Amino acid sequence: MDVILFLAFATIAVVCGVNVVLQTHPISSAVSLIGVMGSLAVLYLLLGAEFIAAAQVIVYAGAIMVLFLFVIMLLNAGEETRRGRSRLVQFLGLPLLVTLLGLFSYLVLRLFPNASHVRFGAFQGGTPAKFGRVLFTEFLLPFEVTSVLILIAILGAIVLARKEIE
Amino acid sequence: MDFFLLSLVKAGVVAAVLLTTLAYLQWVERKVIAHIQLRMGPSRVGPHGLLQPLADVIKLITKEDLIPPHVNKFLYLLAPFLAMTMALISISIIPFGGEIEVFGTKTWMQLTDLNIGVLFILAASSMGVYGIALAGWASNNKYALLGGLRSSAQMISYELPMSLAIAAPLLLLNTLSLREIVQMQSGYAFGIVPRWSVFQGPFPQVISFFVFLIAGFAETNRIPFDLPEAENELVAGFHTEYSSMKFAAFFMAEYANMITIAAMTTILFLGGWHPIFPAAYGADFVAPLIFAIAAGVCFYHGLHPARRFDRITLPVFGFVFAAMAAAFLIPALHDALIPLFWFAAKTGFLLFVFIWIRGTLPRFRYDQLMNFAWKFLFPVALINLLVTGLMVALF
Repeated sequence: MDVILFLAFATIAVVCGVNVVLQTHPISSAVSLIGVMGSLAVLYLLLGAEFIAAAQVIVYAGAIMVLFLFVIMLLNAGEETRRGRSRLVQFLGLPLLVTLLGLFSYLVLRLFPNASHVRFGAFQGGTPAKFGRVLFTEFLLPFEVTSVLILIAILGAIVLARKEIE
Repeated sequence: MDFFLLSLVKAGVVAAVLLTTLAYLQWVERKVIAHIQLRMGPSRVGPHGLLQPLADVIKLITKEDLIPPHVNKFLYLLAPFLAMTMALISISIIPFGGEIEVFGTKTWMQLTDLNIGVLFILAASSMGVYGIALAGWASNNKYALLGGLRSSAQMISYELPMSLAIAAPLLLLNTLSLREIVQMQSGYAFGIVPRWSVFQGPFPQVISFFVFLIAGFAETNRIPFDLPEAENELVAGFHTEYSSMKFAAFFMAEYANMITIAAMTTILFLGGWHPIFPAAYGADFVAPLIFAIAAGVCFYHGLHPARRFDRITLPVFGFVFAAMAAAFLIPALHDALIPLFWFAAKTGFLLFVFIWIRGTLPRFRYDQLMNFAWKFLFPVALINLLVTGLMVALF
């Protein structure tokens, strides 16, 4: 059952990911990206990380992508037009892509020959209770630093926006 | 195999009950609004208009399904589907009652219990925004687009106070699983005050209860927050270009969201299926008493009919109510029905509040709506969360 679900949602993720690039309209690309985020959440769930899966859907698929969609709608971005592609890309693109993918899969197989469950240091299990405990004891410093970082980003955005108005 | 069969049966029952409730909620809303405005409401189809939902469904299904020529076809068709799926999916983790025994198998009156239950509800509601936003954009109509934009902006804004309002009772309850949340609220302080989150110390969650309810109104796009479908400004908002069942899908999504919000308020703040006062004081007899009184009223008006058909219809309802009152007294059904009654009563009351407010309040202006969310509701929810955290840490 796990394998079937993994294969199904991994396929959806990859197809949606390719679709993000292939679609010419920004809205269609954004919708495909939501598909990628959603299927990633299911993959997290299969790894036993319930909290991360929920956070993935709420934060990435829910909040951030809604803002993306919102901006695209407000700017009324039209369809992309195809402009002159270079000869080099036409001939070398596909072979190089295949080489890159082959290299990646070779490296992954080489580095993790007998992969088991995903682990972060000694931490295992993804229930909210365990997750919260680890986050507020072991990883307190990185957690707080990240929140300050986000605060700085918000302040920066406000400063930049105000400059524009003045 | 047993588990599979049991889940299938439970899913079937819950889906059937939910869809019937959705259809009849519309009837209840029309009747209540009508009586608030001193009208009769639907009364032509069946006795007291009771077959109106059925007539509506038949009308909507058999209507011509138009797809306007300038729409983005894929997203246009995806949007109602997305809105409805995300609205209906939340019901799968709502607990309606405690553990019961049916034909020898023990089971919970809940489809499934997740240890991330509350987050699951939030995730489903945040995905529900896409249904409306994409419907507005894909319709290729300026009114629909404006409605979609308004709606997504409103839902993003009100999601923040809503999440903060949810976080505060969770500090008292220490769990995200909806079943455990309800179990934590069982029992009575001083033998009479229920240990619901709204009454529970060290800091009763009255403020977050109201913040959650107000944000819930905004999340479901109900009056006074129904800017996305303001008729006098936007024709019909995001569903202007939709017809037939696709139009109905948006309405069903709205009503399903209403039910989810009401059920979540019941679970988080009002103690789920626990009665309002202990069984020792006769809480178990409230349900049969209410149904018996309803039966009595029906019989009385059946004997003194105001209209000709009342002579037949009201006694029939009287017998139905009397049978329901009797069902609550049968020991075998007692354990299953009492929790269900309390859950349905609380949720039903909240749904009535939704309708009541629709019949009472006018619509906000758009800047008032945003100011209210960011300058009032958000700080209030934040301060409430901080105070709750402090109190929980101290006591």
